[in-house]
Amino acid sequence: MGIRTLIVMLVASILLIAYLATRDTYSLFLPGLLQGAALTAQITVLGCLLAVAMAILSALGKLYGPTPIRWLANLYIEIFRGTSALVQLFWLFFVLPQFGVSLDPFAVAVLGLGLNIGAYGAECVRGAIQSVARGQWEAATALNMTRIQMLRRIILPQAFIAMIPPWGNLFIELLKSTALVSLITLSDLAFKAQQMNQTTMKTIPIFTLVLLIYLVLSLLITIGMRLLEQRAAKGLARGRTA
Amino acid sequence: MWDWAFTFEILPTLAKAAVISIEATLFGFVLAATLGLVLALLRIAFPWTAWPISVLVELIRSTPLLIQIFFLYFVFPSFGVTLDAFTAGVLALGIHYAAYCSEVYRAGFDNIPRGQWEASIALNLSPWTTFRDIIIPQAIPPIVPALGNYLVALFKETPLLSAIAVLELMQTAKIIGSETFRYTEPITLVGLFFLAMSLVSATFIRAAERLLNRRPAR
Repeated sequence: MGIRTLIVMLVASILLIAYLATRDTYSLFLPGLLQGAALTAQITVLGCLLAVAMAILSALGKLYGPTPIRWLANLYIEIFRGTSALVQLFWLFFVLPQFGVSLDPFAVAVLGLGLNIGAYGAECVRGAIQSVARGQWEAATALNMTRIQMLRRIILPQAFIAMIPPWGNLFIELLKSTALVSLITLSDLAFKAQQMNQTTMKTIPIFTLVLLIYLVLSLLITIGMRLLEQRAAKGLARGRTA
Repeated sequence: MWDWAFTFEILPTLAKAAVISIEATLFGFVLAATLGLVLALLRIAFPWTAWPISVLVELIRSTPLLIQIFFLYFVFPSFGVTLDAFTAGVLALGIHYAAYCSEVYRAGFDNIPRGQWEASIALNLSPWTTFRDIIIPQAIPPIVPALGNYLVALFKETPLLSAIAVLELMQTAKIIGSETFRYTEPITLVGLFFLAMSLVSATFIRAAERLLNRRPAR
């Protein structure tokens, strides 16, 4: 979808929420749901940061690390990609305390989702790094750069551009996975919805608002990533012609 | 820490629950694959359905599956249709992944050269025959691996059905945990089961990919 269509959808859904907020059946639920949405957004942002860090570390480990590190990175990626996010969250929440490590639910949420998406992200970072032309490495070697310098100044900035679209999808995956944290007692958007649904049984207004709020959040991510992509690509074009 | 006797005691119960998880996966995926194809075809066949369907697909893809499961499970009764938890869960899984699958099909159809359509028109084939005998046989094989990936993804989402108390693997593990106060073994076993299944199916998908790539080029 084009960025304009996305912006139209964003504006339309915000207007729809605003319109629904003027009606009694809906306005009752909105403040509580927005509170939940704030927590959802918080977990999403922190989870994304952790995911990016884990993805870059494990992709570099897998590509250039010594054998034990490569092995560790592979193990991390396979385990977190091979099991479901909910199982991982429950494991961190219920099983880890038995081994003497008790985390509060918020930390479990950020850690679980960040590690989960980070494992998927590792593959997309690896793909992006490998898509940088060989000549770039050779030129950097010719300029007598160290391996770290090459990665930091030549390879990663170029790989970054190829990474943006898949990361956009992963961030949306992460946003959607945050609904799972309602099952480990955090009162995020999904939890608030369920709680209100159980007490009032007004299913349609509650879930309509919830779906709209999630839609707004994910459209914000999509549009943000598209803009970032445009900016980054522009920089690349300038760099090449100059 | 780890009690082997307890592990063997709960293994049969978990195995029985695994069957439910696999059933939900298969039913859900059949629904997703067919509904996804219908969505993709509608998008191509009629210009006026293209826009509403792409908005619908975007909507389904950008909201959490968990909320969609709750929505189906709690909303249908207010229209007088009561779905049991398993049906609601399978429906939600199927519809959610149909949105993803429709994009895969669309990519498959986009890869068919225009000449194939034009040749079918020249041969005076009806649109239905063109789709059934010309387009679909060429469009589907290349996208089988992508569909396979969504099958695995769908399988990994089945634990969400535990949220509406379907007695699948995760729910059973949680019940065992709350009855015995031992979560370590059941939840770890569930994790290992998913890991094993994903690794096995990844091998199958790679094999399918190789098999399809071996076909003579068009």
